[in-house]
Amino acid sequence: MSHPTHPSRSNRILIGTGLGIALIIAVLLSPFASQHPDGLDRVAQDLAFEHKANPEPAAQKLPFYRLFDEYALRGVPAPIATPLAGLVGTLAAFGLAWGIGKLVMRPTLAEAGEQVPPANDETQD
Amino acid sequence: MFTGKWFAEAALSLMTHLFPVLIHPLGELGLIFPPSLALHIPDGFLNPPVMLVTWVVAIALIAVCLRQVKADYQDRMVPLMGVCAAFVFAAQMINFPIPGGTSGHLLGGTLAGVLLGPWAGSLVMTAVFIVQSLFFQDGGILVMGANIFNMGLIGTFFGYYVFQTVRRTIGHNRLAGMVIGSAIAAWASVVLAAVICALQLGLSGTVPLSVALVAMVGWHMVIGIGEAIITAIAVTFIWRTRPDLFYRPPRKAVPLSHSGIVE
Repeated sequence: MSHPTHPSRSNRILIGTGLGIALIIAVLLSPFASQHPDGLDRVAQDLAFEHKANPEPAAQKLPFYRLFDEYALRGVPAPIATPLAGLVGTLAAFGLAWGIGKLVMRPTLAEAGEQVPPANDETQD
Repeated sequence: MFTGKWFAEAALSLMTHLFPVLIHPLGELGLIFPPSLALHIPDGFLNPPVMLVTWVVAIALIAVCLRQVKADYQDRMVPLMGVCAAFVFAAQMINFPIPGGTSGHLLGGTLAGVLLGPWAGSLVMTAVFIVQSLFFQDGGILVMGANIFNMGLIGTFFGYYVFQTVRRTIGHNRLAGMVIGSAIAAWASVVLAAVICALQLGLSGTVPLSVALVAMVGWHMVIGIGEAIITAIAVTFIWRTRPDLFYRPPRKAVPLSHSGIVE
């Protein structure tokens, strides 16, 4: 079972489409996200253990805290703070996962130009 | 096959499916809200023993995943891991309202597992939680092991195997098998994540276990419906556009040999 012969072009389109959809969601839709407390927040409020959250968590000691106040980029007008945080975060997640994949997978196989079918591919039905 | 028109149609189709689910009631459209923190546990909710145990479990599973991904190499996976992480991160920002003044958002572990398999899918989810925790203070750093396990690995492992079981029952090569399987798996993994989270809170002495269980499971049985809908839409979208991308692709994903079209 060999795959179509031009993976690079279809891969480019795949990356463009997938990343494009993610960026549209993170940049354009994020300002409309519900501001209601989510599941755990709600339970923490209802059961009154919200105050147990560390007021000065370790994350606030990182340099990123000077850039982002939760999902809001600091130092920019409020309407674009969350979209810009979404933009940076989406690209960071994209890059980090790509980098992990690249590091873990053996580069020699990638250059062989042949797709290896999944080892546990389902052949029966 | 993948022309600009295809891209436009695909994007439009996804957006029209997603909008009703994601967009807030009209009255609040004009306002700008930062997304509230998620099912993400903040530092302070878990005690050191629970943090330690969850870190050990998470790291052990991630180590297994690293080894498996290395062994089970697939050419398409590296870019797909990046795309999947980008989508899960973006989707996690979009809290959707549920009745009762609460909200939820996609966790995405089941989606990542269905798309990339449990091994690569777990690495993707881990990347997402690292970015959220370090950059955006969403989910504590000390409790990141628990967050990776609850919201990532439960979906990529438990969700994946539920999905595979249901899919095999309905038909490995059928869209219905994929959609129903992924929807049930997505819902079940959110509910299980809530159970485990309540367990961690209870064991940490943060809140009585029985109270936490009822409250967490109650809300997340509803939030899980959102997870199921979004996961099913994403799986349908991939099925219609690039079914060959699935970790275990359906047989129709190799259309050239079946249709007789010579490339």
